[in-house]
Parts: sequence; C-alpha cells; structure tokens
Amino acid sequence: MTVSSLQAPAPPHPLSDLLPQEVGVRQAADGHTELAVDRGQLIEVLRTLKESPATSCDLLLDVCAVDYPERAARFDVVYHLTSLGTGQRFRVKVAVGEDDPVVPTAYGLWRAADWFEREAFDMMGIRFEGHPNLRRILTHEAFQGHPLRKDYDPGQRWMLTGDETMVPSWVKDAHEDDGEFETAVLNLGPQHPATHGTLRTVVRLDGEVITKAECEIGYLHRCFEKMSETHGWNQVIPYTDRLNYCSSHINGAGFALAVERMLGIEAPPRAQAIHVILSELSRIMDHGVCLGAYLVDVGALTNFWYFYQVREEIYGLIEACAGGRLTLSYSRIGGLAHDVPADFADRVRFLLGYIPKFIDDVDKLVTANRIFRDRTEGVGAISAEEAVAWGWTGPCLRASGVPYDVRKAHPYHGYDQYTFEVPVASTGDCYARYLVRIEEMRQSLRIIEQALATLPSGPFITDNHHVALPPKQKVFTEMEALIWHFKLIYEGIKVPPGDAYACVEGGNGELGYYIVADGSGRPYRVKVRPPCFAIFQAFPHMLEGHLVPDFIAIQSSLNIIAGELDR
Amino acid sequence: MKNVPTVNVDRPRQSLVERTYLIPIFKGLGVTIRHFLRNFFGQRDVATIQYPEVKRQYSERLRGRHILTTKPDGSLRCVACYMCETACPAECIHIVAEEDPTATVEWEKRPLVYEIDLLRCVFCGYCVDACPKEAIIMSRVHEMAFTTREEAVVGIDELRQKGPIESEDIGYRPYF
Repeated sequence: MTVSSLQAPAPPHPLSDLLPQEVGVRQAADGHTELAVDRGQLIEVLRTLKESPATSCDLLLDVCAVDYPERAARFDVVYHLTSLGTGQRFRVKVAVGEDDPVVPTAYGLWRAADWFEREAFDMMGIRFEGHPNLRRILTHEAFQGHPLRKDYDPGQRWMLTGDETMVPSWVKDAHEDDGEFETAVLNLGPQHPATHGTLRTVVRLDGEVITKAECEIGYLHRCFEKMSETHGWNQVIPYTDRLNYCSSHINGAGFALAVERMLGIEAPPRAQAIHVILSELSRIMDHGVCLGAYLVDVGALTNFWYFYQVREEIYGLIEACAGGRLTLSYSRIGGLAHDVPADFADRVRFLLGYIPKFIDDVDKLVTANRIFRDRTEGVGAISAEEAVAWGWTGPCLRASGVPYDVRKAHPYHGYDQYTFEVPVASTGDCYARYLVRIEEMRQSLRIIEQALATLPSGPFITDNHHVALPPKQKVFTEMEALIWHFKLIYEGIKVPPGDAYACVEGGNGELGYYIVADGSGRPYRVKVRPPCFAIFQAFPHMLEGHLVPDFIAIQSSLNIIAGELDR
Repeated sequence: MKNVPTVNVDRPRQSLVERTYLIPIFKGLGVTIRHFLRNFFGQRDVATIQYPEVKRQYSERLRGRHILTTKPDGSLRCVACYMCETACPAECIHIVAEEDPTATVEWEKRPLVYEIDLLRCVFCGYCVDACPKEAIIMSRVHEMAFTTREEAVVGIDELRQKGPIESEDIGYRPYF
C-alpha cells in the first residue's frame, strides 16, 4: 500500500448522488446509515429512500421523537427504515423547534406511520401535517401536556370526568351505508373475554357485517419509557419483562443487546448461547399461548391445555435459572445475572423430548380439522405488499409470504451459527398464521438442540468492571471489587453519549430498542419498537367486510399482547 | 431477501378425506382418548397441582419475601449503606440510618428504620445483588396477603431472620 492511497479522501457516499446536497450522511456505529434532513426535504428524502432501487426501504420500522430542551431546534424526529431486499438500515433525523413542532406526515409513503406518528404526537407533541387522524393514542383524550418532554412533571394528576370517552366521529353518521339491515355500533372490549389484553374496538355493523372499525389502546400504559429515563441502565431490565409478558426473556436480552452495542462490548459466548436457548424456549411459550388462546376463541379448548402443559414445564426451567417465572430479570448488560443451574443441560434435553409430543398432538387435532379450516381459511387475509406497508414483522408477515426474520437478516447472539429455516406461507390469512407459528415452534426446537450441543463453558457475564458487578466473593474480600461495586450501584453504567438501535426477533416480530445516552448513568431516552403496535394499527382496516365472529379469529391470530402494545 | 432458507407451510386444499369431516374428527378423538386413558390408568402427566393442599417445589433461586440476616449475636448485619435502596427499580425500600452505639469502631452505622413496601416490590432481587454484606437475602415465601396497605409495609421486626439460617426457607441469595 502506498502512502498516497492512505491519504486519499474518503470516497463519496453512494447515497450522495440520490439525495439533495444539504443532507448530511453518516455511517453510524450500530450499522445504520444516518441522514440529517431538513424538514422541507423530509418527504423527498423518504420517497427517494423508498423508491430508489439502490436503497428500496420498504419497511418503516419506527417513528419517534427525542427532546433536547437546551437546543434551539428542540426536538429530533427519528425515522428507522430498513430494506427487505438488501438488509440496509437507515435512520433519518429531522430537527424541529418548540414553537413550531410540525413535520409532514409519512403516512402517504408507508401506512405504518399511522400509529407511530400518533404516538410521537401524544408523547412529545410533534404535529404531523397531513396525518388523517392525529389524536392521542396511549394517554387519554383528556390528558394535558406531552409526558415524554423533559420538562413534564410526571407527578401531575389530571381530573377525568365521565363524559370524556372516545367516540369515533363516524359513529354519528351511522346511516350513510345502511344496507339491508339496520346499522348498529358495538363496543368490543376492553373487557371482552376474547380481547386477551385490553383493547377496545368500536365497530359499526350492518347486520352482522363490520363496515367500519376503530381501536382504542393505552389501557395498560405504564410509562415504561418515562420511567426508564429516571432509573439506571440495569434497572430498566425488570421493566422490560412486562413488555411481552409471554416471552419475557427476549425483551431483557434485546435491551441488554442494545446497551452492549453502545458500550462496544459483547456478552461472553456462554451468555449468548444461554440467551439463545432461553429466547427460543420463550418463543415456544409465546406461540403456545397465542395458539392456545386463539384455538379456545374459535372453540377448541383441549389444545390450550396441551400448550399450557408445555409452558408449565418451561417455566419450571426458567424459574430454576432466573428465580422468577414470569418476571425473570435474568439478563444483565454484558451477560446474565448468574450462571444456569448445574442440571440445566439435562432439563433442556428433557424439554426437547417433551415439547414435540404436544405440538404433534395439537397438529393432529387441529390442522386437518374441517371446522377450523372453514373458520379460518380466507379470513383476515392480508397481502405481502399490504403487510409490509403497515410495518408488519414476525410470524404474521411471514404468513403473507415475506421471509423476513431478524435472526436471519441481522443475526445477533450468534444466530448465524445455527441451521434453521424460516417458515413462510402465502395466503396471509388466519389459517396461515396458525401454520407458521406451529412450524416456528419446531424450528425453535432445532435451534435449542444445536445451541445446547455447542454450549460453551466460561464466564456468564463480562468481566469489565465498568459494566458488570464484580463477583460477590471478591466484593466481600477485596477492596477494589468493593469500590467498583459501590460505583456501579451509585453511579450506574456510564454509557458514552450517542444513540443506537438494536433489534431482536420477539414473539410477534421485530422488537427494537432505540436508545439515546448522554454519558450519565441513566438512559436519556429509550424508545421501544413493539411488534404488536405495527400489527394492530392494521387491525381495524382488516375487519371491514368481515363478520363479528371473524373479529375474534383475526384478533387472536394476530396475538394481542397489551403489555407491549401499550407499554 | 438474500437467500434465506425457508420452509413453505402452505397446505393443499382440503382433501376428500378432510372434507368428510368425520375421519379427521376420529383421528383427533384418538389423541384426546389416548391422553385420557394414559392419565386414567397409568402415568399421570397432568400439570395441574392441587393447590393449596399440594404446593409446587420451587428452586433455591426463587425470589420471595426478603429476610434481613443477623450476626451471631443477633444484631442485624445491615450497615445502612443505602445500596439496596439505590438499586431498587421499584423504589420500595426506605432506610433511616443511625449510629451504632455498640460498635467497636467509631461511626459505624445501623438501620433505625428499614421498611419494604411489599405491594410496590417487584421481586427482582436487585437488593440482594447490591448488598455488600449479604445482609438482605430472599426467602421462598411467596404467599403474602394483606388486608390493608399499611400492613404491606414491613419493617425490621417482620423482616429479621427468625432463627438459624438453615431453618429459614431460603430462596435467592448471592453466588451460586
């Protein structure tokens, strides 16, 4: 190599031909190409990213806002995009001021922007110009202020009077599409036995056919993101257990992964393999609960017990590892809280023999059953293009024929070492979603088998004393360890200033964490990209033209988890 | 999509056998009757536990109600360093420190008040991890019922170790 080649200027970014000159392009450390865009050029840049063959960002993953009160342009509106074809990831940032927090809506490009923009409006007060339905989403209509702004006092209380309930505007013009039958408006949920979480759906009926629907969510809103800003990095992990409570371990592992990326460290190989085993067991539980409840809703009770028997055994193992069944708090930044018990491998091996019997039993009972097929085939069908436009990920997207799986597209925790296949179906209906989940459980068992066979020995957490608590024996006996212990507890992990987005494949799809750090011991901003949220924004639109009993089948097949929907 | 290995799970249209409805139903009945007979006559692989007569045996890591451990002389090991209070994500621990009059060295602290609000506690075990003296550990007691909110705030007397440590139903504690 000659000296001149070392000093050659960096080649222009391949994007610079496509985009306007003023757009700042930068390669971020977390694998995203970051674009700083002016508000006036936002839609043009987003359209280029979507439509140009070189980028082809078909999936809008997340829209959120970050508040920097000391800056002149106080808010950053952040878009996360990915291309299903090339796997490239983009982060687009637009800065807007407090007196005029207006950004044009991306709803015209991706329908996925619908609820994400409403959330950014609700939480930060960013107004998206041109959005068809810019109302509050997680908080109540009568709520005042924008809770994720840094100057919002979380101790405030707002009085709620009885008449402030959400009534969609179209309820009043009930007669416009009167068909053969009288039009009626019906509330399904939030306290409906088939809405397993708390989801309120208002539907307008023409006879028994749903002609219009609208969802109201937020009944389980627990201020996860606001609370994260007032606690240390590791203290967020118990909160993540409550996101998707059917597969808690995946959430904690994902959060730890995001922070590890920012710190530039990696969990030791043993911790990664244990993360994989527990995540896949969690996925089996998640799919089992989803399918069990789904089949109960369409009238097949026995399967619920078979899956719950499996779940009970898995919880036994998880409790022996973590000390809790539902709320594990087992992940830590840099690894795991403690090593797995001595009989871990035997117990996982037992589960590998035990679980398939129950999956096969359900398969025999349900898959060929004509009642079930007639009830679910062709119901709630969604095409691949529509599913991608709505920002779907996970088993529901794969049921429409798009083989997007974070474990394959952006491997983490060493998923690229394991051989497994991504199940896809083509019809995108309720039956396809059932088939995909059944096959995914079998694929998860394959991954567990391989991960167990190659389970490395060694440490279960990094020995970096800036990140992980020292072992207790050392704390009791050595001065340095005690000092590190004190500093970590009192000051927290010092994550360098910056931001990162990391994603894992959760039970319902891509679970992403966008994290901003300011160098102190606490997160500056944590944004969760819950897979359920993107899926359920399409739900009211999917209902149109279906019968009321189909409502139950569609909703259950999408797997509603209110914990991550409402956060 | 860069060559992701996929498996297609689409199923063909319903076959004649499937459309008869009865044959798959009998196959399905075979599954449930097999489960019934096996549980009726032989091995009972039923996950149901007849709680509260029968109780599940939890592991030694189960995070239940806390115990404040004591030194051989019966005084608390806690030195009121506030580590557990700082580490608690639920902010359920409240400590007031005082000077220990019985200490052999100067400025030794001990807790005057040590309260845990068990209704706020999320049983994550961070207090146990944070403690540099192994002064707080957890038991496997997970059945806690209260009639008032005040009752759920437990102090030193309720949390203190009752007898020798072996006699307690020990759950989560440091290093395994």
